[in-house]
Amino acid sequence: MTQLQVQIWRGGADGRFQTYAVPRHDAQTVLDVVTYIQRRLDPSLAYRFACRVGMCGSCAMTVNGQPRWTCRTHVARVAANGKLTIGPLAHLPVVRDLVTDMREFFDKWARARGQFQPTRTRRDDFARVAPASPSRRAIDVAIECIGCGVCYAACDVVAWNPDYLGPAALNRAWTLVNDVRDGAQRERLAAVVGDAGCHACHTHESCTERCPKHLAPTASIAGLKRASALAVLRGEL
Amino acid sequence: MSARGEARLWVAQRASAAVLGICVVVHLITMIAAVRGGLTAAEMLERTRGSMAWAAFYGLFVLAVSIHAPIGLRTIVSEWVGWRGRGADAACAVAALALLFLGARAIAAVSL
Repeated sequence: MTQLQVQIWRGGADGRFQTYAVPRHDAQTVLDVVTYIQRRLDPSLAYRFACRVGMCGSCAMTVNGQPRWTCRTHVARVAANGKLTIGPLAHLPVVRDLVTDMREFFDKWARARGQFQPTRTRRDDFARVAPASPSRRAIDVAIECIGCGVCYAACDVVAWNPDYLGPAALNRAWTLVNDVRDGAQRERLAAVVGDAGCHACHTHESCTERCPKHLAPTASIAGLKRASALAVLRGEL
Repeated sequence: MSARGEARLWVAQRASAAVLGICVVVHLITMIAAVRGGLTAAEMLERTRGSMAWAAFYGLFVLAVSIHAPIGLRTIVSEWVGWRGRGADAACAVAALALLFLGARAIAAVSL
């Protein structure tokens, strides 16, 4: 049986990589490798996962330098030479080993006014939104984000400007900017513009390239730039 | 800076970039056309002296540069040096005025 040579980050921010030998199997995922190490070689290894099928978004790690869902990444795709280097997601504080503290990532969703602001009460009729309307379609292509943090870890601007809201939070804001039922449009645009918001994006498209859901946060951010420019020209911002 | 201010700066930079795109093309075509018969200072001055059209064209060019470059500079110092806030804004405003002054001086020198 062939062996994989696997380097895993151990410890906090000042930790180091430790090497393990893991048996290679067909159809083996990177999450399988991490789980093997934790169950068979070193039970003190800390990592995070839940669904194992690409639904929960909790198993994202840095695999051979790229942020990825480990559950949906086959070893064959990333370790042709039999070597794997697995670390915690970038741009987030390391709690221990492969576990990051994602509070700042989700706090930024709140700072980007990622909450829906209703304009009707339970006594009102349902809002009727035409599925083919441009605003509803703009939501459709951006709404499937599950908050895994891969785009955030892939973004250079987050590295340069720690205040930057990041692709996921801005993508969420864009879905609400297009929500005709929402009542906080001005406040949201004010929250997402500026050098910590959409205008900081350099359009590198790393988020779009790495998103496991094949969303395009770059396009959402461009939409926010257009919306804010229109708001400025109309004197609404 | 306020959200409104940031958004306005972004619009100003995009609008000035659009102007620069046209100005740079006109400038390059003029250069290529001008050097065909050899390039001398006398020839250039002959073209620009007393010409309101060239003065207006390069005036627009300088104005667009003075708006575009300092806003970009502000972003660069923010991301690469971590210099943000009023000090950085003031320094970029000084850069804008310096570009405007130097550009206006150069236009006056070749037009008057």
